[in-house]
Amino acid sequence: MKTFDKLVTWSLLKSPWILHFNSGACNGCDIEIVDALTPKYDVERFGMVLKATPRHADILVVSGPVTRQQAKRLKTIYDQMPDPKFVMAVGACGCSGGVFNGCYGVIPGIDKTLPVSVYIPGCPVRPEAIIDGVVKLIRSVEGKK
Amino acid sequence: MSKITIPLGPQHPALKEPENFMLVLEGEQISGATVNLGYNHRGMEKAAEERTYIQDLYLLERVCGICSHSHTTCYITNVEELAKCETPKRALAIRTLVAELERVHSHLLWLGVAGYEMGFETLFMYTWRDREQVLDCLELISGNRVHYSINTIGGVRRDITAEQKAEVLKRIDYLAERTSYYIKLATEEATVLARTQNVGKLPYDVAIERGAIGPTARASGVARDVRKDEPYLLYSELDFKLITADSCDVFGRLVVRALELVESYKMIRQVLNNLPEGPIAVKVPMRIPAGEAVNRYEAPRGEDIHYLKSNGTDKPERVKVRAPTLANLQSVAYMLEGGWLADVPLVIAAIDPCMSCTDRAVVWDPKKGRKQTYGWEDLRKLAIEQYRRRGVDFTRL
Repeated sequence: MKTFDKLVTWSLLKSPWILHFNSGACNGCDIEIVDALTPKYDVERFGMVLKATPRHADILVVSGPVTRQQAKRLKTIYDQMPDPKFVMAVGACGCSGGVFNGCYGVIPGIDKTLPVSVYIPGCPVRPEAIIDGVVKLIRSVEGKK
Repeated sequence: MSKITIPLGPQHPALKEPENFMLVLEGEQISGATVNLGYNHRGMEKAAEERTYIQDLYLLERVCGICSHSHTTCYITNVEELAKCETPKRALAIRTLVAELERVHSHLLWLGVAGYEMGFETLFMYTWRDREQVLDCLELISGNRVHYSINTIGGVRRDITAEQKAEVLKRIDYLAERTSYYIKLATEEATVLARTQNVGKLPYDVAIERGAIGPTARASGVARDVRKDEPYLLYSELDFKLITADSCDVFGRLVVRALELVESYKMIRQVLNNLPEGPIAVKVPMRIPAGEAVNRYEAPRGEDIHYLKSNGTDKPERVKVRAPTLANLQSVAYMLEGGWLADVPLVIAAIDPCMSCTDRAVVWDPKKGRKQTYGWEDLRKLAIEQYRRRGVDFTRL
């Protein structure tokens, strides 16, 4: 079992697969996340691949302030992900509600719904900040290993 | 054949926002489609009533991250109209410049997304690489890549220097050259034609009846553009063509957007070469006189309408936003009907929905109680496979 755990951590560190979920964001962060995957920034060179289904993902990248409609769907998707799993809150509204704090349709901050591992502030975040966030997450997992 | 209902959405990885489509299928063909909204409802109009006019500027910018300048400009025109303020001409020119740069960024983004949905990933990577040039221009002018916040009540925040002007013009030249390549690709490449021609038909009469707007309507031959019909900012002084196509399908929407890029480059050059002299902003009092105002604005996706009611205090009494995608969604239901399941991703992407989101589709047969789950990605692969069997293959390019 110990060898298996080692294998899981090794594959997570070498090639973290990400799932992007929009919980009611304005698209600003979402296009920057996609931007990070395209030629100028190209996070795929670190082995990061955007996956379509939660069952394949290691890291859940969530943008947006979490609307009431999306909160339960966000929880379902998180539950479908296999362990070990991490959540990255992208953007000011993902961290704390940002400009949408106080809106009636919003449960501000992703950490009210899910446990969050990395907070990336910015409105919207820059692709460099996303890359930095992922690298910090990987470092912290490495440290625990 | 028994009918099957498929919910499409509301989660989607590669694209943007959440929405849900209920598709009724007979075999592979769609016999009915309904659109469900509200997954992205944040309550911004109510929030806008509780904030001051200047705070609302930054709130309404975040209605949408792609057409953020459209919303603020439309809103601020209302505020300036009520405050009876004379916005300096240089400020209007800078707003026009940012508006056109935003259109370029949005259309290039769309071109990439359309390429991705077609299975033409090289086009996606190419256009998104070139899009970085526009984002660099916007960052140079405003200081931010996505939410530019160039507007402020009474004018704009930042002026344009001669160096910035030269830098922007240099990048526009590069983009114009790339765009001519994309136009050639879109109109001559047999694989692109096979995926887009006669897909998602929207005849002229239906486009009028369902109130389609923006490039979606113009691709059905409806010559409607707020920039021409009711010129705002500096558009009455600029020389540009209203682009229409009469093929009424996804191909037409592709051509309209690609040719609009060329018109935008033309306008950007005109604005930069004839920048009026003078101040960039005037002072406007915090309290806006009571009254009502409505304004229209041609956002990259179509006509954006803002309504503002003020009661004489420093906070608006009512703000109403009608974003372009809402008007175009009625047409999507029509376009999907009678089409193939495999064409769904492309048809939905073709109106450039500003709140897309359709990751998970569950195929559910009510008679047999059978369920089959399709991700957006699976659906895309299904489409690519199906077309490959018919001889449409991008891997050979």
